[in-house]
Amino acid sequence: MTELVAAVLLAAGLVFNFLGCLGLVRLPDVYTRLQASTKCVTLGTCLILLAVIVATGVGSAAAKALIIGAFILLTCPTAAHALARGSYRSGIKPTPSVVDAYGDAIASECEPAGSGGNNEKA
Amino acid sequence: MTFWQTFLWFMVGGLALCAAMCIFRIVRGPTPPDRTVAIDILGVILVSMCAVVALLTGRDFPMTIAIAWSLLAFIGTTALAKHLEGRSFDD
Repeated sequence: MTELVAAVLLAAGLVFNFLGCLGLVRLPDVYTRLQASTKCVTLGTCLILLAVIVATGVGSAAAKALIIGAFILLTCPTAAHALARGSYRSGIKPTPSVVDAYGDAIASECEPAGSGGNNEKA
Repeated sequence: MTFWQTFLWFMVGGLALCAAMCIFRIVRGPTPPDRTVAIDILGVILVSMCAVVALLTGRDFPMTIAIAWSLLAFIGTTALAKHLEGRSFDD
């Protein structure tokens, strides 16, 4: 019975991982690739670690799986956010974009400081 | 070979396919951020591969490898993101 539950969890995790990697290959842009792959792969890996907890019961492997799951849930969105910020600031624009809210935010963030500097010079 | 072991080998094959797709993006990716995203995802895929190998062998040393791997993947991705942004590492 536990093996059946663990097999269902493993299959769901594999489906999420596979769809995330398919998005990584097929989508057109850095930002869309980042969005698809990060969310799907985080959930899929957490489901696989939950399957490890279900299959092995209470023990050292389950404790380690719990630690890794909490760590991945914390760090994957952080790394994705840092990557999106870094790739935007390295000059890559989202190609077919209609709205560029982060660019507007950077512009409005830099503009008062820049105009203030100009006023001080003037 | 029981159903459970056959299923676990199928899981290993599927995760290897996912890793191959990530490696395709690392090789083909037109810009450096594409490659960095693929490296990040490859690290997480290999953590889940370690979990499946721990189930397959019935021992728990692959989970220790997975802990170290997830830490290293996060640190490496953050360092590469800072490098992409054009800042140095002690900034």
